[in-house]
Amino acid sequence: MTSEQTVTAPSTARPTTTRDGVIQAKLAGAARRWLPSTTLLVLLVGAWQIASSTGLVEEYVLPAPFTIVESMVVDASRYWEASVPTLWAIVLGFVLSVLVAVPIAIGMVYSPLFERVLYPLLVLSQVVPKVAIAPLFIIWFGFGDPPKILMVVLISFFPLVIDAAVGFHAARPESLMLVRSMGASRWQAFWKIRFPWALPSIFAGAKVAITLAVVGAVVAEFVGADRGLGVLITQARGNLDTVTVFAGIGYLSALGLVLFAIIGLLERLLVRGSRSGRSFEAAGGL
Amino acid sequence: MTAAVREEPFIRFRDVEKSFSTKNGTVTAVERLSLDIAEGEFLAIVGPSGCGKSTLLMALAGLTQPTSGSIDVGDERVDGPMTTAGIVFQSAELLSWRTALENILLQAEIRKLDKNAYRERALQLLADVGLEGFADHYPDELSGGMQQRVALCRALLHEPSMVLMDEPLGALDAITRDQVQLDLQHLWLTVRSTVVLITHSIEEAVFLADRVVVLSPRPASIAADLTIDLPRPRHIADRGSEEFRGHVNAIREEFSRLGVFGDDE
Repeated sequence: MTSEQTVTAPSTARPTTTRDGVIQAKLAGAARRWLPSTTLLVLLVGAWQIASSTGLVEEYVLPAPFTIVESMVVDASRYWEASVPTLWAIVLGFVLSVLVAVPIAIGMVYSPLFERVLYPLLVLSQVVPKVAIAPLFIIWFGFGDPPKILMVVLISFFPLVIDAAVGFHAARPESLMLVRSMGASRWQAFWKIRFPWALPSIFAGAKVAITLAVVGAVVAEFVGADRGLGVLITQARGNLDTVTVFAGIGYLSALGLVLFAIIGLLERLLVRGSRSGRSFEAAGGL
Repeated sequence: MTAAVREEPFIRFRDVEKSFSTKNGTVTAVERLSLDIAEGEFLAIVGPSGCGKSTLLMALAGLTQPTSGSIDVGDERVDGPMTTAGIVFQSAELLSWRTALENILLQAEIRKLDKNAYRERALQLLADVGLEGFADHYPDELSGGMQQRVALCRALLHEPSMVLMDEPLGALDAITRDQVQLDLQHLWLTVRSTVVLITHSIEEAVFLADRVVVLSPRPASIAADLTIDLPRPRHIADRGSEEFRGHVNAIREEFSRLGVFGDDE
């Protein structure tokens, strides 16, 4: 695929058409993939636009999409200013979450006792409703970044721990026997076998975790913070400024999408050797 | 490996016993088994499935401890993983995130050997088994037979004094199996290290080995020990020969005598 793209087109006609053909095929493939969902989206937004602009729905209840987009563009600096602290809390909290979750998962794999002690506590930490304990964080840590970051960690580390532990357990016993017969140390067995085995699983957890991290940051900002998109949305809601509420939600969604895409990109860079491509074809739609 | 004259055989199993405790009591997999294997010998162990062949091999590799008895290799008592061995499992056990070459070089990496020096050897081994040009392919892109050949190269990279193979061709189709058997013979004729091959194919054992040991059903003990004195290199066509058939039939009769074939009136 990539080799065909990098081939420089010679002056002869045939290869050029082949190259164009490749591009055309790619465009056609992309169109086939995106056309149905895009059509639906356009129809929905169109209906929404008509409903709002014809006065069928009050503007303060449901502002027209174009009004929201206009606000997102015109007031970009205001939204961006509010986005930075939220983004900061999400990223810092997520990174902390990874730094906490992966070592815990490793500990659980190597020590059954550690797993027995910690697992019930982990589950308990997840069944406690986070929104309910958010006000406590504010009492303890004030209105700054720490309660937000703590909330992000609390809400996003669970899928990471679970998926990482599953991944570290997934290494085939034969693979481990093989490196033992090569005289591998524990350290080598971990880095050469267990860790690469776990990577796809860790990334699966990270994808869930990053979307939850966005939720965590916003929940914390809703409950109480001095700045951020959540604060902006709460204030706008108080003023019945639904345009700003929607635009804020738009920025939040964009943040989530970009962060998710970054995790996906990292996954493609770090997880080598196609492990899923063939199984999809083999499944034949089953 | 200097060909020093040894008083004792290279590999010595002495009264090896292995039992596992399960919910339904203790199961004895191997019972008081003694066996000698000479240096440079190609030994095949055949036996009915589930008779403890693999347990025996894993014990020799030092990856599982016998319940009693001892195994010695050269001057060394086996009491931990035998790093002088090269192991091939039934499934190729290639790491999906490494290319064929990288999978072979894992052997050098773990042993902290000079990777650049061994890269040449790895490529040579790949060429020896007909896989030149596949060095940079990921396992997903290789057929089962190709994967198993890569696993074979990995097991031979560090010039092991013994190669242990646990039904390495068991998962391959008949045609691929013939080809890999030829590759295996070709490699062994150049390396001449001690090989212990576990197989459930009598033909494969006779085709490849200098000596075939027949194990009884569980608990495993030695039921027969036959020398295969067919000249090498052996060819696929030799399998039709009277001598070849004679060896195969002798082993099959041994199985019959052991009652392996239940309903063969």
